[in-house]
Amino acid sequence: MTNVDTDQIIPKQFLKLIQKTGYGGFLFYDWRFDRAGNPKKDFVLNEPKYRERQVLLTRDNFGCGSSREHAVWALYDYGIRVVIASSFADIFYNNCFKKGLLPIHLSQDEIDYLFDLEKNDDAVIEISLANQTISISEKIIDFDIDLTRKKILLEGIDEIGYTLSFSDQILNYEKAFKVADYNKFLGKN
Amino acid sequence: MQKTLFDKIWDSHLIKDIDQNENADYPSGPSLIYIDRHLIHEVTSPQAFASLKQSGRKVRRPNLTIATTDHNVSTESRSLPIVDEVSKTQLETLSRNCKEFGITIYDIASPDQGIVHVIGPELGFTLPGTTIVCGDSHTSTHGAFGALAFGIGTSEVEHVLATQCLWLYKPKSFLINIEGNLRKRHAITSKDIILNIIRKIGTDGGNGMVLEYRGVAISGLSMEQRMTICNMSIEGGARAGLIAPDETTFNYLRGRRYAPTDSELDRMIEFWKSNLKSDENVKFDRVQTINVGELAPQISWGTNPSMVVDITDSVPSPEQFAKSDENKRKLAIRALEYMDLEPGTPMTDVHVDRVFIGSCTNSRLEDLMEASLVIKGRKVSTNVRAMVVPGSQKVKLQAEEIGLDQIFKDAGFEWRESGCSMCLGMNPDILLPGERCASTSNRNFEGRQGSGGRTHLVSPIMAAACAIEGHFVDVRDWL
Repeated sequence: MTNVDTDQIIPKQFLKLIQKTGYGGFLFYDWRFDRAGNPKKDFVLNEPKYRERQVLLTRDNFGCGSSREHAVWALYDYGIRVVIASSFADIFYNNCFKKGLLPIHLSQDEIDYLFDLEKNDDAVIEISLANQTISISEKIIDFDIDLTRKKILLEGIDEIGYTLSFSDQILNYEKAFKVADYNKFLGKN
Repeated sequence: MQKTLFDKIWDSHLIKDIDQNENADYPSGPSLIYIDRHLIHEVTSPQAFASLKQSGRKVRRPNLTIATTDHNVSTESRSLPIVDEVSKTQLETLSRNCKEFGITIYDIASPDQGIVHVIGPELGFTLPGTTIVCGDSHTSTHGAFGALAFGIGTSEVEHVLATQCLWLYKPKSFLINIEGNLRKRHAITSKDIILNIIRKIGTDGGNGMVLEYRGVAISGLSMEQRMTICNMSIEGGARAGLIAPDETTFNYLRGRRYAPTDSELDRMIEFWKSNLKSDENVKFDRVQTINVGELAPQISWGTNPSMVVDITDSVPSPEQFAKSDENKRKLAIRALEYMDLEPGTPMTDVHVDRVFIGSCTNSRLEDLMEASLVIKGRKVSTNVRAMVVPGSQKVKLQAEEIGLDQIFKDAGFEWRESGCSMCLGMNPDILLPGERCASTSNRNFEGRQGSGGRTHLVSPIMAAACAIEGHFVDVRDWL
């Protein structure tokens, strides 16, 4: 499918929690369950062979719409660790790295190949972030990822702590830059 | 070097680039960008505060963040208790967090409460040339002032609270040149312009880019109309949309609570005038020209905001929509099924059950004034339940001062309290399964306004006319 939006990934009625966990049961809720709350047979995640899968394969513009990071939390909580798509919406893509979900961007042809492969047999794929490879028996598909983001995923860097190491530069900016003038209209603190 | 307006705002907020020379581990690294303004609300902030507390960190500049409650507040009556316990917990959590960290909050008891993207501009919190973020994708709204404004996730909300900065990868620039003048005043609105743009560029046309809207059709728009356009930039995939500030912008700012005053304002205006526009010969990464001279009212038929036709068109067939793209064809088949529409049906034959006038896209005073133009002396169709939800308490008050509430009520509309309401149905305002709605909001995704609900995106005046007739109409015939 193309254009899977975050309202589908986690519908709004489940955004009311104040924690970051406990969303897995609501992943794709309206697609997974009918109005009585029974699993819909024709939805992919309800087929027994897909239930434990950790890799989600999809197409263009995955995660479009609302900025809700809950979409990432829901996928992760459900057990998904990698999303492979031909393109991602910007905010969703960004949010993935905050939780440790790996978004992999591949070409249309590579996505088609994976979909075909998936149809034919139960091939096992192995994904290595360190090597930036997807291995399927003999074949290897390389993928690109920004090195900062790769490092964040591999090492679990505390981003805020890292940013705070630049506190002096932030303070200097606040003192020096003209636009900071704006802020005097907001009162001091 | 020639720069775009976006480049200029970016450069003036750049604290640090991480590049290969400094640290070989970060060859294509992000930039540390200063954030001038931060808006928060009850849904995407609780986890940010919780995590902040857990790590024993402080809010770096509490006066640069303001809070309001909008997503899950009831719009029925402010005097009734909140029935939903979980919503209540979120609202109370926000109040507690704001108190603990010294952040100003406009909660449901406040005369300044409203949708976060309505009150920011209203309070003069939104200023040209600033960087503005909020845990909400429609933060792009504030780009109407020539501010770089975009939605962020909850982890980034925490990052901004703790550091007043964000690590960002610089997006590309995309100029949307809007030529021609709108043909029929009132009947064709800025909502029609932006729906038409998304129809043309697609829901991912702006991915990884910041849009700049320009042209005579834009210069002629009021600030509120410009906000409608920038608001929906995200529906075209762009995190942000910009309009260079001009006299219309500066006049809007005068007398607003947090805006500079008198000589300070004059000094800022001089600065903005000389700094906040793209250089004449600058090259954008992408340019698209759209002529709105012949634009008809736009209406969505499907389940994403690019599935749009003219009001004079019929429901398209999957083949017409997809133009030989197989994935798009499948998407259209699914959308038609979900929307329960037959290809070939004239849009004006489609009947609705509900009408919603509101949301951060179209709930400001001018939107309500426009909508009221076609309902005076008329009645809402007996088959339709129609509601008007002002974007803020101030909009509501101003509308009541000029008697708009009475016009709506006399026609049979519900006149409600401010909030996000049925734009996303996180509150009691939802569509029932199968109900069809003419909505002035921004997203027609499956289930967006309520599980099984069917949304058609239109302008406020189209929504109002639709409430009267019970089906979609070409509002040009009415004016």
